[in-house]
Amino acid sequence: MPHLSTYVGLADHSEKTLAESFRAVADGHAQAADVFHTCHMLAQWSENHREGLKPIVERYGEDADVDEPERLHADGLAEVRPGEIGLLRDLQDLHVLADLVQTTWTVVLQGAQGLRDHELLDVAISANAETSRQLSWLNTRMKAAAPQALIVDPKE
Amino acid sequence: MPDRIADIWGERTPHAKGTVWPARVDLHLDEGVEEQDVDRWVQSACLLCSNGCGCDIAVKDGRMVGVRGRGTDVVNHGRMGPKGLYGSTPWASSPDRLTRPLVHEGGRLVETDWQTAMGRIVDESKRLLDENGPLTHGFYTSGQMFIEEYYTLAVIGKAGLGTPHMDGNTRLCTATSAAAFKESFGADGQPGSYTDIEHCDAIFLYGHNMAETQTVLWMRILDRTRGEDPPKVVCVDPRRTPVAEEAERTGGVHLAPRVGTNLALMNGLTRELFHNGWTADVWVAEHTIGVDDLRKVVEPYTPEKVAEICGVEPHDLRRAAAIFGQSKSVLSTVLQGFYQSHQATAASVAVHNLHLLRGLIGRPGSGVLQMNGQPTAQNNRECGADGDLPGFRNWNNQKHVQELADLWNVDPLTIPHWAPPTNAMQIFNYAEKGSIELLWISATNPAVSMPESSHIRKILSGDQCFVVVQDLFLTETAQLADVVLPAAGWGEKTGTFTNVNRTVHLSDKAVDPPGEAKSDLDIFLMYSEAMGFTDRDGAPLPTWSTPEEAFDAWRAATAGRPVDYTGLSYDKLRGPTGIPWPVNEEAPEGTDRLYTDPVFPTDTDQCETYGHDLLTGGTVTEQEHRAMAPNGRAFLKGAPYTPAHELPSDDYPLLYTTGRTVYQFHTRTKTGRSSSLHEAAPDAWVELSEQDADNLGIREGDVVSVESPRGAIEVRARVGNVMPGAVFAPFHYGSWDLEDVAPDQQHRLANELTMTVWDPVSKQPCFKTAACRVTKVRAGDGPAPAPTTAASAPARKGSVPETAGGEPTTSEVLTETPDYPNDPAAGTAHPAPTGTIAGRS
Ligand code: SF4
Repeated sequence: MPHLSTYVGLADHSEKTLAESFRAVADGHAQAADVFHTCHMLAQWSENHREGLKPIVERYGEDADVDEPERLHADGLAEVRPGEIGLLRDLQDLHVLADLVQTTWTVVLQGAQGLRDHELLDVAISANAETSRQLSWLNTRMKAAAPQALIVDPKE
Repeated sequence: MPDRIADIWGERTPHAKGTVWPARVDLHLDEGVEEQDVDRWVQSACLLCSNGCGCDIAVKDGRMVGVRGRGTDVVNHGRMGPKGLYGSTPWASSPDRLTRPLVHEGGRLVETDWQTAMGRIVDESKRLLDENGPLTHGFYTSGQMFIEEYYTLAVIGKAGLGTPHMDGNTRLCTATSAAAFKESFGADGQPGSYTDIEHCDAIFLYGHNMAETQTVLWMRILDRTRGEDPPKVVCVDPRRTPVAEEAERTGGVHLAPRVGTNLALMNGLTRELFHNGWTADVWVAEHTIGVDDLRKVVEPYTPEKVAEICGVEPHDLRRAAAIFGQSKSVLSTVLQGFYQSHQATAASVAVHNLHLLRGLIGRPGSGVLQMNGQPTAQNNRECGADGDLPGFRNWNNQKHVQELADLWNVDPLTIPHWAPPTNAMQIFNYAEKGSIELLWISATNPAVSMPESSHIRKILSGDQCFVVVQDLFLTETAQLADVVLPAAGWGEKTGTFTNVNRTVHLSDKAVDPPGEAKSDLDIFLMYSEAMGFTDRDGAPLPTWSTPEEAFDAWRAATAGRPVDYTGLSYDKLRGPTGIPWPVNEEAPEGTDRLYTDPVFPTDTDQCETYGHDLLTGGTVTEQEHRAMAPNGRAFLKGAPYTPAHELPSDDYPLLYTTGRTVYQFHTRTKTGRSSSLHEAAPDAWVELSEQDADNLGIREGDVVSVESPRGAIEVRARVGNVMPGAVFAPFHYGSWDLEDVAPDQQHRLANELTMTVWDPVSKQPCFKTAACRVTKVRAGDGPAPAPTTAASAPARKGSVPETAGGEPTTSEVLTETPDYPNDPAAGTAHPAPTGTIAGRS
């Protein structure tokens, strides 16, 4: 099952990238207390998804060598941008990453269904649901930050 | 002549379950004034805590000289507590009242006239509007203004200026109460009533030291627990408070969870209901949504697991759950121990869950009271000068926004509704960055009351933001302002306000404000006129100019909403008692309790919010809400426990928690100017358990340093009744009355240590979850200045002199209990003992 293992690998990899990026945004915008604490919590969720995936990875192997999905890999956020507009753009980047994670889980979920693999199905369903919550927080936070950032963000 | 400092709750009037609470009229007059000397009595209600006791103000020679409880009022049946008796009027004639506007010039504040002061504000305001638009403006209000003032400010801010940056001090005290109601029932609004006290079989107080925070309500409970067929009391509190003692005395339980672990405890109680079959399954299926998810969420929280997290004995948890699960009716009350702690909204929602699972709501004796700090705070929630829209409207619902736009005759796009209005913490964050460039603070003192207070002072004193402060005194905050406006206080202006159980009172103007001070309403109207705010047709906005006109406009704004004032008027409120909303054609005399049907305002088109993820605060979308089709069913929502943001470490091994004392209110603006109250609790202190004090070599009265990663205070130690591992500090003490202390020496300001972190749903800051260390600075020369009469009593009774010394008061138990409209026990009053009570109970 070469392609399933590719997508399992992609799920694992993109959750890792997302977790690291959440942490980078948390620490880079530490003065925004809610961003700091929530992003750390959401990073932990992504770590937990990877934990859940571990036995599956052991079973199917993890394959990141196939060309096609490789292009789907997104780079994480190595560093954050300053100011309100910077926060907004960082949140947006996180949203893109989380979106990639979610579609990956959707694809894995389909595979798990086809294989009637209950263990993978459980992991994919719960991770998919939590990714939705990550996305909904990002969306909420961006909406709150946008007007101020777009209209009156003071020059740094 | 009871000394109500020594005797906080006064004489008991015990009575049996299901009978009307007897009336007792409490009175305090200034020294040398007798009842017959009083020129006039002016109708009002006390606003020094959320109980909102009906009272009359005594006026003599144009001065307020005392107060008397109103025996006919449904809220207090004539009683008043120490704060109301001693603290209601002395501040008004204090020589340090602000009487003229002040402006910042040459590094200091100098007196000026109104024209100059308002001119500066308007120039700045217009310049900013031209340059960058309304998002440059922020308003931080109090919990202490009247409906008329909040609503007027809401209209000016949301329709005149169009800024989303409006919040109040209420964010620090009642935001979680409102948020929890919205999550469970779809809209804000207190379901229960104080009359539940007369009918319940058990009372649960969650993080609520009612004996000190709402003394008159506690009298009401004591009169049940000391009467026939008393209810059992269950207390959740890390301190051994008078409530905890009453819990043990009544055969209830005192649960003392570790600070920051409330949700784990609540999950444990909920699980016990499921596992013991104490759930009303048919009712739950008909009237709620989400039970299966909730069952899953709480399943891991066995009593043993809860013991591990919270430090509460498994059999205590089981006993508390059994009392909840097996009592015929239960009243729950919640306060800051939950609201200002970790996972605040989730823990408060869990209280609703317990009631919903048993179907204990909407019936006499089965109520939930999510408390507030002050009666006027409720009005900020209703009128929308805080992070809500007026009339419990949903910012996410275009129709609700359109209703407001029609009411105000403005373009709906003027009303900012792209996201929830900005919360207080974020407002200060924007002010720090300089993207809010004009911050208008009315009747509150954030330099003392906000978390990490040194940070707040830095923001206010910087050049990046123009600060307007409107207050009665030159508070710590006012000292940092660019313009200070002198305001009229309670008794010096007319307006209405609403207490915790929805009872609306009218407070009439008794005396003139000093000097050139003006009512908050007049100040806001002066600003809007000078700014030239108009509606679509060029008419002035707002259209009113008197309190009564403002109230009528507000009534119109509540039509068709759960918070319905349409049946009220000033005339009606000048009757014998306050009246609880909704008041309308169907309920002309008001409504004792909500959800008697039980239909909840959760319908997608009606609700105040579509809800949130309790862990992250992410908002539920309209489509998601519609898909759940709640249609009048209440939500059962759960969340797993997560550890608090700052846990004890080797460096900071103790848990730091803050709270109130019975004799002070807010930052003591009023109570600190009453000698009876001031002397009862004159200075800050910290409480340590005997065990921790021993380990640290600290004795009663020693001066200690308490440090967190953010700051330190130096105060005297009370070896008291806080649980081992925790340290308690009262938050009231700033620096205004310390003449001998340099202004930068904030040695006793509890919020120097607290964290800038807030609940994801209610955005209420966590004042109760910091870590700290305590070290002895020097030996003391006497006991700590903490009162001995309530929760801060010393661990060893009698080891320090008892707190006493309040001026004389009188208390008269009425021979005939008046009729209270809506009281389900009406007609059951027993004749009570009579006469003026001398001495202590
Ligand atoms: S209980 Fe509250 S409202 Fe009543 S008198 Fe005391 S402080 Fe005032």
